[in-house]
Amino acid sequence: MSTPTLQLSLGPVLFYWTRERYANFYREAADWPVEIVTLGETVCSRRRDMKLDDWLGIGRELTQAGKQVVLASQTLIESEADLRDLRKLCDNGDFIVEANDQSALQRLSCAGLPFIAGAALNLYNPATLGVMKRTGMQRWQAPVEMSKKDLAQLIADCHQAGVSQPCEVFAYGHLPLAWSSRCFTARRHQTPKDRCKFVCQKYPEGLVLRSQESRDVFTLNGIQTLSSACQDLRYELPDMAAMGVSVARLSPRAEGMAEIVKAFDQARQNRLPPPDPLSVVDAEICDGYWYGQPGMDNTRTVAS
Amino acid sequence: MELVCPAGNLPALKRAVDEGADAVYFGFQNATNARQFAGLNFTDKRAREGIDYAHQRGKRILCAINTYPQPDGWQQWTRAVDQAADLGVDALILADMGLLDYAAQRHPNVARHLSVQGSATSHEALRFYHDHFGITRAVLPRVLSITQVRDLAKQTPVELEVFAFGSLCIMAEGRCYLSSYLTGDSPNTRGVCSPAAHVRWEETPQGLESRLNNVLIDRYAEGERAGYPTLCKGRFEVGGETYHAIEEPTSLNTLELLPELRELGISAVKIEGRQRSPAYVSKVAGIWRQALDRLEDAPGRFQPEHAWMAGLAELSEGATTTLGAYERRWK
Repeated sequence: MSTPTLQLSLGPVLFYWTRERYANFYREAADWPVEIVTLGETVCSRRRDMKLDDWLGIGRELTQAGKQVVLASQTLIESEADLRDLRKLCDNGDFIVEANDQSALQRLSCAGLPFIAGAALNLYNPATLGVMKRTGMQRWQAPVEMSKKDLAQLIADCHQAGVSQPCEVFAYGHLPLAWSSRCFTARRHQTPKDRCKFVCQKYPEGLVLRSQESRDVFTLNGIQTLSSACQDLRYELPDMAAMGVSVARLSPRAEGMAEIVKAFDQARQNRLPPPDPLSVVDAEICDGYWYGQPGMDNTRTVAS
Repeated sequence: MELVCPAGNLPALKRAVDEGADAVYFGFQNATNARQFAGLNFTDKRAREGIDYAHQRGKRILCAINTYPQPDGWQQWTRAVDQAADLGVDALILADMGLLDYAAQRHPNVARHLSVQGSATSHEALRFYHDHFGITRAVLPRVLSITQVRDLAKQTPVELEVFAFGSLCIMAEGRCYLSSYLTGDSPNTRGVCSPAAHVRWEETPQGLESRLNNVLIDRYAEGERAGYPTLCKGRFEVGGETYHAIEEPTSLNTLELLPELRELGISAVKIEGRQRSPAYVSKVAGIWRQALDRLEDAPGRFQPEHAWMAGLAELSEGATTTLGAYERRWK
């Protein structure tokens, strides 16, 4: 069996779970075939059950289990308190940080610390990736809306321009699509964000937003809006590796993550059974972005 | 405070200047700006006429090249920057880091403003753009409360421009991929949100329906005023209830915040709406000119006039306005 060239990473948990749930999840994840685990709260500064020390503790355990650990910064920075938390995160001394906002870029580049560039930084061209490489970027994530064709060209152009760095693609999970200062989960409960009573914890995989025809469209997750369907690029992994993608990111879901990781691990070794159109239809899958179509499209249902 | 007004075409630009805009912003007729609509925006020739018109009257012209250069289109974006610089614009409004870098190297004497699409919401983020690309002004996303703007303004390394009136984008601008999820086109990539080519209206037994790429965005009862199907302003079902789950169709209006914005040292107020008619731009610019003049005459006693508020309400989505995120309760 050939050694897989594509690494698998576990993205940060985007949802607001309980401490117990996080602890159990990462205890299990220690045994999963993923090389990289990204930890931390990237969505809402009001989600404070887990302190930085808690993440560092989990990080050390995962390091012991042989994982590369990354700490992710918050995507929307709004206040001085957010900046104080960001500073502590950047100065953690142990783990590399995933910058999800330009405030993090500033902290990290000023401190001379290397960083991973997150998907919301909008890195679409070699010139921008050149700037990022100059400031200390070690790996970058493609914007979620970027197609395979564009990404292949971008990776090739970066190579030519001498600004190549390992690239990570969002390969599985609810796609992070937008951030607001308004909390849509609190709004559903008719309470202001400042008195949200942490209702997000009631929804370990977000709250479904449907059209008036009962078509699932988005997933509300506090101030974040995610896709309703799960992007699933498991069958694309060989192509991804061939075009120079280094890491496939799997975004944690509340249930069944062990099976998903296993399927991706098999897929990167070309050992996945062929797609079963029926089961795919049941799972609410999308892969449109990868094919340059609307992100919600599922190209695999077309034939069935 | 500078009054910055939108121009989707030459007549709108002229009306904005005539009605008292201090600066007018425009974009070219392609995907390089965040308002790519059919029949809107400027050719090289029209831009030259507009710039001459404004400069002859002592007004400034800003050029928005604020989408993200795509892997197969870098030259289209750098050409737009070169073109704007050659035309003699007073500033470039940019979002992409690579393009900011290009503009700083190639046209160091043309001022660079950070577009709202650059998603800078803290003084640290502003410092990043300032230190690396020499920006002199930034437009703030519409997600900060007035207290947060105050904190940021105390430490900003650059001038600040804030949104004052017009459509309310409630997601952090430049980081919203909702439109491409439904239609394939996004503000970042194609300069469009909920693009008209994907919109469909249908009379049905349940009422008038608006769709975006076949997803039902809203359904209107008889006599109910129908709005453009911007996907985040539709009525959806969440947890068994149907409502405007993300935001109501409403416009931002910050007239009453003017004294505070002035006190915080905000350099410019921005009117949204390059997609609007010359008549709209003219009316909004006129009201805001009066308000800003009144503010300068007697900052301590400023009160928005009823006629101004009523005039702006008429021009607003759903005839209602909001202070949006500036007001903490909105969140």
